[in-house]
Amino acid sequence: MTPSSRYSKPRWLALPLLGLAFSTPALAQEEPIKVGVLHSLSGTMAISETVLKDTVEMLIEQQNTAGGLLGRQLEAVVVDPASDWPLFAEKARELLAQEEVDVIFGNWTSVSRKSVLPVIEELNGLLFYPVQYEGEESSENVFYTGAAPNQQAIPAVNYLMNDVGVERWVLAGTDYVYPRTTNKILDAYLKSHGVADDDIMINYTPFGHSDWQNIVSEIKDFGSQGKKTAVVSTINGDANVPFYRELGNQGISAADIPVVAFSVGEQELTGIDTAPLVGHLAAWNYFMSVDSDANYDFIDAWIEYTGDEMAVTNDPMEAHYIGFNMWAEAVRKAGTTEVDAVKEAIIGVSVPNLTGGYAAMMPNHHITKPVLIGEIQDNGQFSIVWETPSTVAGDAWSDYLEGSRDLISDWRKPMECGNYDVVQGRCGGGQAAAE
Amino acid sequence: MRMLPRLLPGLLCLCLLIGLPLAAQAQDDPGQALLESIAADSYAEKGEAIEAIIASGDERSRRWLEALLDGKLQRHKDGGGFVIVLENRGRNWPVVDALSLEGAGEMSRRDLDRIGINNALRGQLQSALAVLDLYKDDAGDRREAARELLGSVDAAMVEPLRDLVAGEDDAEVRRLLEQALAIHRLDEGEIAAITELEGSLNGRVRAALSSAARSDDPDLADAAMAALADIEQKMKLNRGLETLYFGLSLGSVLVLAAIGLAITFGVMGVINMAHGELIMLGAYTTWAMQQLLPGQPGLALVVSIPAGFLVAALAGIAIERGVIQFLKGRPLETLLATFGVSLILQQLVRTVISPQNRSVVSPDWMSGSLMINEGLSLTLNRLFVLGFALVVFACLMLVMRRTRLGLEVRAVTQNRAMARCMGIRATRVDILTFALGSGVAGLAGVALSQLTNVGPNLGQNYIIDSFMVVVFGGVGNLWGTLVAGLSLGVINQVLEPWAGAVLAKIIVLVFIILFIQKRPRGLFPQKGRAAEG
Repeated sequence: MTPSSRYSKPRWLALPLLGLAFSTPALAQEEPIKVGVLHSLSGTMAISETVLKDTVEMLIEQQNTAGGLLGRQLEAVVVDPASDWPLFAEKARELLAQEEVDVIFGNWTSVSRKSVLPVIEELNGLLFYPVQYEGEESSENVFYTGAAPNQQAIPAVNYLMNDVGVERWVLAGTDYVYPRTTNKILDAYLKSHGVADDDIMINYTPFGHSDWQNIVSEIKDFGSQGKKTAVVSTINGDANVPFYRELGNQGISAADIPVVAFSVGEQELTGIDTAPLVGHLAAWNYFMSVDSDANYDFIDAWIEYTGDEMAVTNDPMEAHYIGFNMWAEAVRKAGTTEVDAVKEAIIGVSVPNLTGGYAAMMPNHHITKPVLIGEIQDNGQFSIVWETPSTVAGDAWSDYLEGSRDLISDWRKPMECGNYDVVQGRCGGGQAAAE
Repeated sequence: MRMLPRLLPGLLCLCLLIGLPLAAQAQDDPGQALLESIAADSYAEKGEAIEAIIASGDERSRRWLEALLDGKLQRHKDGGGFVIVLENRGRNWPVVDALSLEGAGEMSRRDLDRIGINNALRGQLQSALAVLDLYKDDAGDRREAARELLGSVDAAMVEPLRDLVAGEDDAEVRRLLEQALAIHRLDEGEIAAITELEGSLNGRVRAALSSAARSDDPDLADAAMAALADIEQKMKLNRGLETLYFGLSLGSVLVLAAIGLAITFGVMGVINMAHGELIMLGAYTTWAMQQLLPGQPGLALVVSIPAGFLVAALAGIAIERGVIQFLKGRPLETLLATFGVSLILQQLVRTVISPQNRSVVSPDWMSGSLMINEGLSLTLNRLFVLGFALVVFACLMLVMRRTRLGLEVRAVTQNRAMARCMGIRATRVDILTFALGSGVAGLAGVALSQLTNVGPNLGQNYIIDSFMVVVFGGVGNLWGTLVAGLSLGVINQVLEPWAGAVLAKIIVLVFIILFIQKRPRGLFPQKGRAAEG
């Protein structure tokens, strides 16, 4: 028997292939292309970010097996910013100044992104940011492969309003920048669609909040006024488990008051007993249950890479998949890994996504994505109940907020501006909104 | 709900058919056509297909509908046969053929198309199954089913439901069905229906009355308004009791988390920053037990009580022997060293087990809630935790007051030198006390695994609260910890509705700081010479 299928996992296969590549004299001379990975491997955010580090490493391995890029091999440079926001900036500096990486894939929380932003801009690096975020930002050096609010929050609210007939809204979130900005946008959006002040309840809780009794009971009360009620949840991370548990125990089912979450994916559900959650919703641009061959291939590769038959994939992983392929395509197009050339080449690049379509990089450094709404199943997966007919382009500046409404972002020549004010006709508007 | 006129005759057919032997599964099985229709693209068509399936009276329809509800009714991708998936985790799923209901081996999820439903269809399926349940023998099942029908009765269901009410011998089921009918009549604009709904605390009844109160008919609106005001009055008492229960339940969590610390910090004077991680170890023990005893979450939970105590106690002994004994009398160094230990333990769990949260299943007898009346129910998991906290507290008091160990602990803490002169081995007492405190932290972890995440950060969330409770209650006093924990819980829950969760926490913290200014030794200060030490 030739190397039996059980042992021919790419992880092991890659080593001899790598050796082979280096034994060819022409390639052996070339320096490898360095890819920085800036994800927390310890601390509170390790729960979400560790898998993203593994994803990038897997993508690099696949790329190397396929012959590398521009005839050169890729090499991952992994650092651990330990869920410590200032440390993110230091580690980004280390990656760019000392390791001289060609590109960085990293960050999860918005506050960590804000922390590395000045460093990336100062040292002219490239950052691919894979998580859904609040928008109101467009940097020359950052590519946002996660969803902007118009690619997640707004379509989800539209679905609830038109397809489910929701009239009363609870906007519940963790107390930090992403939920606050998103809820501000949603509040403005709902009011512009004729929802009364009394029919919106906004609630913020601290990080890791674990006692939800009172809030769930309030939501229950709010929902028993004879109008269909839904909860739009931007509750982050660990706080979700006790929240959903309390919902289940107080007998609120998805049929009574559905909860649509923007931060709960397959990864988070592995830590929850999902039986009481069946029917609650999440809005993402990718679900593991998407029925497409590209997705099945990605899942197979991921399971083989992790060696865990039960390993799950999620939306930010897909964002890295898209971001990595876009970057590789842009490097091929530019014929170099030089930052300015790649930045220019990447706009307009279009690569397959995992949902069976294509993602294109827009001039505002956001990408096109389909929006999917899924209902939680008892096996910890989502069943897709609704999707946008075509992909939606990410909008950096929300159309529903005062001060950001008139801004556009276009990094192509000759505009090359992230916050161009179309009313005043000059670059640099909306600083207040950007804060 | 439009399927119900056809549903009831269908149900009769179903009863008749049950006696017949399984028909030969030929190509012309009518089931194939029914399933074809449910694989339609639009949800509206699917809804009609569900009605058709119920009306067909096919004896397999219940199985199909349940599978559809669970997302387990699937179809071969090539457009061929239908299967019911038995277990849909992983990549390959065991299936049975949907027509013959015989095993059909394993299939890859690549080759199957799930027949999707949404919340509206789920509601339709649930009420359809609820109506079927109304014919069950068990009164408990019928009550559940009747409750499900509140607010989802429509014109076609009225007649059959009236017949059911007449033939029903369980008073509770009859009452619920009558209410369900009354809600329907209220929706039709019948004022008399309000008298039947008066005084009900059920959420769906209130929702129906609230809609009626907004109606265009002024008489109806007024009557509904009056009924609502009456209900509101009754709800006030309920809400008060509910808040009290929430407070006691939060308080019991605080007591559980803090009581171990009350021993190590309060009695021994050791500032143990790794206390939270000992709680975490207890929670992970519960998870490990559930892995060892798959399918028996209840038994695993019971076994975890002693196991969690032991694991945390052993870890406590290791910390005491490895770190704390060398730093006796140097509180700052102890604080820093144990903080280091806590980081090591967290990262250890992240590396060895996983940075991801682990899923701990609640046994059935701990899920759901205990209904006191229709407007007030107590969540069972928190009720158990409240009881558990009180039992743990009682046991600890017993140990401290009634055993040799308790006597020695009190002697050593009051006057170490004197106790040693009396022949008490102070070192041994130190180890045992620390093990006891740590073990109790482990017990807290077992209880918390039923309320919150089991993950590497579990302990961090409770360490500050624990110190707060112990200091507020009075260092060295177990009763103080109990009273402080419960009262902080109640204060927090009373403040939360009008101040919000974030502000409530801040107010409580400010309150404690001011209180400590006034009474530096807490609620129940230690008295006598020991207090001077």
